[in-house]
Amino acid sequence: MNVKNTATSIAVHLDNVSRHFGSVRALDGITLEIEDGEFFSMLGPSGSGKTTCLRLIAGFEQPSGGKILLHGKNVVGVPPYDRDVNTVFQDYALFPHMTVAENVGYGLMIKKVPKPDRERRVQDMLEMVRLPQMAGRKPSQLSGGQRQRVALARALINHPSVLLLDEPLGALDLKLRQEMQIELKAIQQRVGITFIYVTHDQEEALTMSDRIAVFNHGKVEQVGSPAEMYERPATSFVAGFVGTSNLLQGEVARAVAGSSAAFAVRPEKIRMCPPETPVSPAECSLLGTVRDVVYLGMNTRYLIEAEGGADITVVQQNLEATSMSVLTAKGERVRLIWSRDFNRPVIVD
Amino acid sequence: MAIATASLPAAPKSPFRRVLTFFYNHPNLTLVMLLLLPMLWMLVFYLGSIGGLLVHSFYYIDDFSGVLQRQFALRTWSDLFTPSHFDVFLRTFSMALAVTLASAIIAFPLAYYMARYASRRMRGLLYLGVMVPLWSSYLVRVYAWKLILADEGIISWTFRSLGAQGILDAILAIPVIGGRSLSFSFLGMFLVFVYIWLPYMILPINAALERVPKSLIEASGDLGAKPGYTFRKVILPLAIPGVIAGSIFTFSLTLGDYIIPQIIGNSAPFIGLAIYRYQGSAGNLPLAAAFTVIPIVVMVVYLLLAKRTGAFEAL
Amino acid sequence: MSTERAPWSLRLAAIGGLLFLHFPILVILLYAFTTEENAFTFPPPGLTTQWFGAILERPDFWRALILSLQVAAIATLIAIVLGTLIALATYRRKFFGSDSLSLLIVLPIALPGIVSGIALRSSISVLDIDFSVWTIIIGHATFCIVTVYNNVVARLRRTSNSLLEASMDLGATNWQTFRHVVLPNIATALLAGGMLAFALSFDEIIVTTFTAGQDRTLPIWIFDQLTRPRDRPVTNVAAIIVILTTLVPIYLAYRWTQETRD
Repeated sequence: MNVKNTATSIAVHLDNVSRHFGSVRALDGITLEIEDGEFFSMLGPSGSGKTTCLRLIAGFEQPSGGKILLHGKNVVGVPPYDRDVNTVFQDYALFPHMTVAENVGYGLMIKKVPKPDRERRVQDMLEMVRLPQMAGRKPSQLSGGQRQRVALARALINHPSVLLLDEPLGALDLKLRQEMQIELKAIQQRVGITFIYVTHDQEEALTMSDRIAVFNHGKVEQVGSPAEMYERPATSFVAGFVGTSNLLQGEVARAVAGSSAAFAVRPEKIRMCPPETPVSPAECSLLGTVRDVVYLGMNTRYLIEAEGGADITVVQQNLEATSMSVLTAKGERVRLIWSRDFNRPVIVD
Repeated sequence: MAIATASLPAAPKSPFRRVLTFFYNHPNLTLVMLLLLPMLWMLVFYLGSIGGLLVHSFYYIDDFSGVLQRQFALRTWSDLFTPSHFDVFLRTFSMALAVTLASAIIAFPLAYYMARYASRRMRGLLYLGVMVPLWSSYLVRVYAWKLILADEGIISWTFRSLGAQGILDAILAIPVIGGRSLSFSFLGMFLVFVYIWLPYMILPINAALERVPKSLIEASGDLGAKPGYTFRKVILPLAIPGVIAGSIFTFSLTLGDYIIPQIIGNSAPFIGLAIYRYQGSAGNLPLAAAFTVIPIVVMVVYLLLAKRTGAFEAL
Repeated sequence: MSTERAPWSLRLAAIGGLLFLHFPILVILLYAFTTEENAFTFPPPGLTTQWFGAILERPDFWRALILSLQVAAIATLIAIVLGTLIALATYRRKFFGSDSLSLLIVLPIALPGIVSGIALRSSISVLDIDFSVWTIIIGHATFCIVTVYNNVVARLRRTSNSLLEASMDLGATNWQTFRHVVLPNIATALLAGGMLAFALSFDEIIVTTFTAGQDRTLPIWIFDQLTRPRDRPVTNVAAIIVILTTLVPIYLAYRWTQETRD
C-alpha cells in the first residue's frame, strides 16, 4: 500500500552540498542522511548554515554544488512546488487575506481536491491542532501560538514525506514554547512524518530530537543522538554549544591528565572539595580560587580560577546548601576533583 | 492519521507547467520577460521621442525660406545662447527657486500637523483637503486666481473696503515684482505658482514624516532631548527626502509651465512659454527643442542628486 | 493616534495653509452662481442657478467629459499593467540598470510636461501618425506608470517573501502564487495607484495640448471656454463636476493605502 516502503529508508540525503553567496560559504560541502520517520534537528548558532540547509531541501534555493536526494531521487533543479516537502516558517507566513480554513486548505485547493473533501480534511486537521473553532478567523485575529498551529496544520494536511520546521517556536514565550515542544513531538509520532527541525536552542533540540546535527561555519560538526551529543561531544564547539563544558588544553591539560591533548569536562561532573582532600589515581584534580558564585535555586554555579590560568565552571546541586551558605564560598581556595572517565577528548576548532 | 492519499501518483506535467518551471529556474529570464513590455513602451514612446526632439535641436530653420533644414548644424544652439534668452533662463530659475522655497515653508507645518498630531479621522479629512484642490481642474483654479488678483477682484476690494488702498499701491510700485495690478505682476504669478504646486510639496513631506516611527520621537524624548531639539535633530533630517521629492515637482512644474505666465503676469516669457511659442506660432521647432534641453539637463542632474537622498521613496 | 496637542503656532500655520488651499475653490463655487455672463466682479451683482441648467444644453461639454473619462480609463489600465510589471521585476532584486530604470520611469512626471508634450508631438509628426484619442492615451499612460509603480512597489516591499515561498512550498506554481497570493495582497495598492493615475490623466492639459489634434478633452474644453466671452460661469459649473468626479476615486485611493499600513 505504501510506496515509500519500496524506496530507500533514507528520506533526505545531502551529498557534499555547498551553497555560496559570492565569496561567503553559507554551506561548505556537507553530507547528511536523514532517515524516514525521524525527528531530526539541525542545531547551530545564527549564520551557521542550518537555515540555508533547510531552504535547499525545500527548494527555495539551489545548491552551488553537490546532490540533494529526496527518497533516492535527486531534486536539484526541481522547484519547491514539485517537491513532496512542506515547510513551517519562522514567521508562520500565513496568508493574511485568507481565513484560517482557506490557509489550511491552500495546498488541497492548488491540487484541485474537490471542495467537500477539502473542507472535511481541513476540519480534521484543525481538530488535530486543537483549533476547531477558528476556521473562519483571519490570521491577524489569532495569537502567536494559534498561528503556529495553523501553520503546522497547513503543512501537514498535504501529508508530505518530509516536514521542514524553521525555528517555529522562536517567537513564542518560554512556557508556550515548552508546551509546543511536547505537542510537536506527539504530533510527529502520530503522523510518522520525517521532521527536520532547525533551531538555535540546544535544550529544544535535546528535548525533541531522535538525532541532532550541530552546524558551525557552514559545516556539520557532529551528528548523533541527544545523549551522544551531550556525553561524547566530538569537538570543542559541540562541547560548548550543547550544554556547557570546560575545555582544558595545553599545559593545564598536561598537568591534570598527563597529556596536552585537549579534553572537555562537564561542570556537573566536577566536585568542589577542601584543598586538602585526597585524590585517587582514577581521578583528576585542580587547585583554584572561587571567583564568582551564581545561585540558581536548584543548583549553584561557581567560577573557579584554577592554577595554571584556566577558568573552570562548576555546577553543584544545592542538596543541603542555602543561598546564604553558597555565597560565602567566594574567595575560598578549593580543590576540584572529577573522575577521569568524564574527560572527553575533543578536536579544537 | 493513516491518510489514504499519502502518495498520489505524480500528475503528468502540462507544457504550461514546464514553461513555469523553466522561468522559475531562470530568474534573469523572468526579469527580462517582465520588463520587456514596459521597457519597449518607455524606450519607443518616451525616450525615443525625447531623443528625436534632441536631434531636432541640431537642425535649423532657413532664415530666408523659413523651411526646416534637416541637416546637422549648431546655429540653433548659438541662437539659444543669446542675452534675451539668458533673461528668460534667469527669470524662470529664480521663479522656480522662489516658488519651491515658499512651498516648502508653507507645506511643512501642514504636513507635520497631519503626520504627528491629527487623529486618524482628522488625517483622512486633511488628506482629502489637500487632494481636492490638487485635482480640481488646474485651469479653473488659475482663472479663479485671476479673479482674485484682478483690479476688480477680491483682494483689491478687500484693501479698498479697509481703506488700505495705499498699502496695495505701495506693494505694486515695488520694481520687478510689482506691476499694473496684482494679476499683471510677478508677485501675483508667484502666488499662483505657489498655490497650484503646494499640494505636490505637502504630500511627499507628509509621506516622509508618517514614516518616522513614533518610538523614535519618544526615544529622543527619553534620552532627554527637548522637543525643539528632537525636531531639529530627528524629525527634520528624516523629512528632508520628502522636501526634496516635493521640490522635484514644484521646481520642474514651474520650469515648464506655459499656461500660468500666459494668464497671470506681464507676459514676460518663461522657459515653458518660450518653448510653446517657438514650437507653435513661431514654427521654430529646432529652437524649441534646444530650449527643452535646459530644463532636461537641470532636472536630470537634480534627480540624480535627489535619488541619493532617498527622495524617490517619498514620491 | 496621539493625545498630544500641537503647539498653537503649528496649528495656526496648518490652518493657514489649508485656508490658502481652499480659498480659490470657494471663489470657483461662488462664481458658479453669479449673474454676470462675461465678467467676474466682486462682490457678484446677483446670484442664480441658471448655469447648472445651461451646462445640460452644452453637448460639447458632455462630449469632452466622456472623452476625458475614456482616455483616463484606458491610460490607467495601461499604466496598471506596465507599472505592476516593473514593480514585480524590481521590488526585490537589484540588477544591472535598475537604478537607471527607476530614474527613467519618474522622468515623465519629473520633467516639465511641455518637454514630454513637444517630444511626443514631434515624433507623431515625424512618423506621420494621425492625431487621435490614442495619441492622447499614449502620452497619459506614460506619465501615469510611475504612480501605479510607486504604490505597488511600496506594497510589495511590505509583503513578506516567505508568503511567496509558503505558497510554492504548498504546491502552487509561480503563476498560481501570483494569482492566489501576490495579486490579492497588492490589489488595494493597485487600485489606489490606478485611482491616482486616473485623476492625474483626467486633469492633464499640458501634454494633452500637444498630442490631441482635433479631440477635445475636458481640460482643453475648459481652456477654450475660459478664453471665450460668453457663458463664463458654465466653466465653474464644469469645474465643480470635475471636483465631484475626482473626489470619489481619491477618497477610495486614500482608504486603500491606509488599510494595510496599520
